[in-house]
Amino acid sequence: MTTVLDVTDFSVEFRTRSGTVKALDRVAFRIGRGETMALVGESGSGKSVTAYALLGLLDAAGRITGGRASLEGVELTTASPAALAAIRGRRAAMIFQNPRAALNPIRPIGQQIADVVRRHAGLSRRDATSRAVEMLREVGIPDPVRRAGAYPFELSGGMCQRVMIAIAVATRPALLIADEPTTGLDVTTQAVVMDIMAKLAGETGMATLLITHDLALAAERSGRIAVMHAGHIVEEAATRALLAAPRHPYTRRLLAATPTAAGDLAELRSIPGNLPDLRRADLPPCRFAARCPQHLEACEAPMVWRDIAPAHRIACWNPA
Amino acid sequence: MSGMIGNDPTPREAEGRYLLDVAELSKRFPLGRRRLFGKAAPAMVHAVDDVSFTLARGETLGLVGESGCGKSTLVRLIARLTDPTTGSIRFGNRELSALPAKAFARDPDRARIQIVFQDAGESINPRFTAADAIADPLRQLRGLGGDALREKVEEAATLCGLPLALLDRFPHQLSGGQRARVGIARAIGPRPDLLVLDEPTAALDVSVQVTILQLLVRLRETLGISYVFVSHDLNVVRLLCDRVVVMYLGRIVETGPARAVFDAPLHPYTRGLVAAVPRLDGLRADALRLAGDPRSPIDPDPDACRFHGRCPIGTGRCGAEMPKLRRFDGGREAACHYVEAA
Repeated sequence: MTTVLDVTDFSVEFRTRSGTVKALDRVAFRIGRGETMALVGESGSGKSVTAYALLGLLDAAGRITGGRASLEGVELTTASPAALAAIRGRRAAMIFQNPRAALNPIRPIGQQIADVVRRHAGLSRRDATSRAVEMLREVGIPDPVRRAGAYPFELSGGMCQRVMIAIAVATRPALLIADEPTTGLDVTTQAVVMDIMAKLAGETGMATLLITHDLALAAERSGRIAVMHAGHIVEEAATRALLAAPRHPYTRRLLAATPTAAGDLAELRSIPGNLPDLRRADLPPCRFAARCPQHLEACEAPMVWRDIAPAHRIACWNPA
Repeated sequence: MSGMIGNDPTPREAEGRYLLDVAELSKRFPLGRRRLFGKAAPAMVHAVDDVSFTLARGETLGLVGESGCGKSTLVRLIARLTDPTTGSIRFGNRELSALPAKAFARDPDRARIQIVFQDAGESINPRFTAADAIADPLRQLRGLGGDALREKVEEAATLCGLPLALLDRFPHQLSGGQRARVGIARAIGPRPDLLVLDEPTAALDVSVQVTILQLLVRLRETLGISYVFVSHDLNVVRLLCDRVVVMYLGRIVETGPARAVFDAPLHPYTRGLVAAVPRLDGLRADALRLAGDPRSPIDPDPDACRFHGRCPIGTGRCGAEMPKLRRFDGGREAACHYVEAA
């Protein structure tokens, strides 16, 4: 499988008045052509920061402090703002949690799709408009010719997210980053939106980074899962393998807290403690140590990522 | 502490079997559109249409359905924050539907129905400390003040597992889970008989969600409160609720014991809803998809099933005859002509 995105030792910090937040620490993963990898974890674990940092969208306080990230062989961490701007929208696209907020409220949706293809594919106004209609049809919006003239407020949340997908994939990017794309949508709409993303990935070979807090969604919609906790990827494996035999204590606790279609409330367990304060100067090597039931003295040794099984990577000295 | 717990205002024996008995409840909103030739009646949004259900004491009823199905309007009707167009809401042995929402705000029974809103971060006054937020309804509805008020605030906080040291903090200084606890403490402070929970865990991580759900179960047991629980997360509804009501475009399409309904849904809409929930085991029961959007709630055809057109079964009969809720074994009801056929 051709690697589309290759991230190695990727670290990000934010400088704030109350100290430096070590938001990402040596994050590493790869996504191949046509593959969907899910990045899961609780809020504050660094999932979205990963996406924003990769695309050069960090705000002024944030900076990449180490590591490499290459998209189709192009190094993103050292790219100039202009080079990144050319990549964003053309080779890497992103969709967000609240599509209505991400769309321009005072322009018809067809024009918003046309803007992207005019800028990145250099189409004429007329060609861009017909391409926009074509894209609306591709994401399953009924009556696309008429709907191209609609404003975001005239569309449901699910429809808006389909428009966002249309904008994102109109230039046939190599990588789509979907940051909680269906949070806030009904389950029925979620299923339809995820189907559309899967269909487009299948047809165009687009790689997808699916950022979600919903393990069940990741279970159903990804080939691989990377679990994040406090800026570390703690475990990464093929989806089936990870769910069948999770090895990192955090992954196991996360699964034990997730409601399923069977089972009782009494069987669910919350994860004790909170995320550590990432401003601390003396962050322990394992950022889960204080919450971990299997904590050993060996856990004070520097964190190392190792393969515990073929294609099953873990950051833990005492896995289950 | 047990001496302080319990609802004193109305002795239970004096009231009927059901805490809440809603019958043929409808809420229609006029659309302010002016017709071309003046006087014609304005178009109406049928937000809640002919809804009937009961809630027994200590029971938890789940309310599920897509956005726009009328859940929130129904919740606001039950909580008497808005007035019904027609129908009856019996609370205990009192008929509340005729009482305007404004008058109910000053009614002694106001304290007996409370709501926990969706995102406590948004629904708590940002200028109120946790203590102020919890104290406000106690002051307004129970007329408490001074030491008695402080005592009740601390009691509510303790019941909700909120450390007293956090009472002086403002919402932005609290975590999501702590804010959720403030929202719940505020609602249970006046000791309601009925607590309406509108997606209380939607904004929380799974780990925190577990603790909040377990807190709700504990409160239900200690205080004997009945819950109406609104959620889009069917797995959570299944965990917490005894019975469930499934709504579609303002009408109840199916009701019954929560587990039975989700394990073997009778109505094609419920089947689609259940099939759309992602599963941790990655195995779907079937790949049934509810394509398309619900029809418009504006002046819907009174003789057609609301699900007609989106329904995988849909026949000519569905377009000509509105299916009524029919009873089935195991205390279940469904509104579909073709329950037996499926």
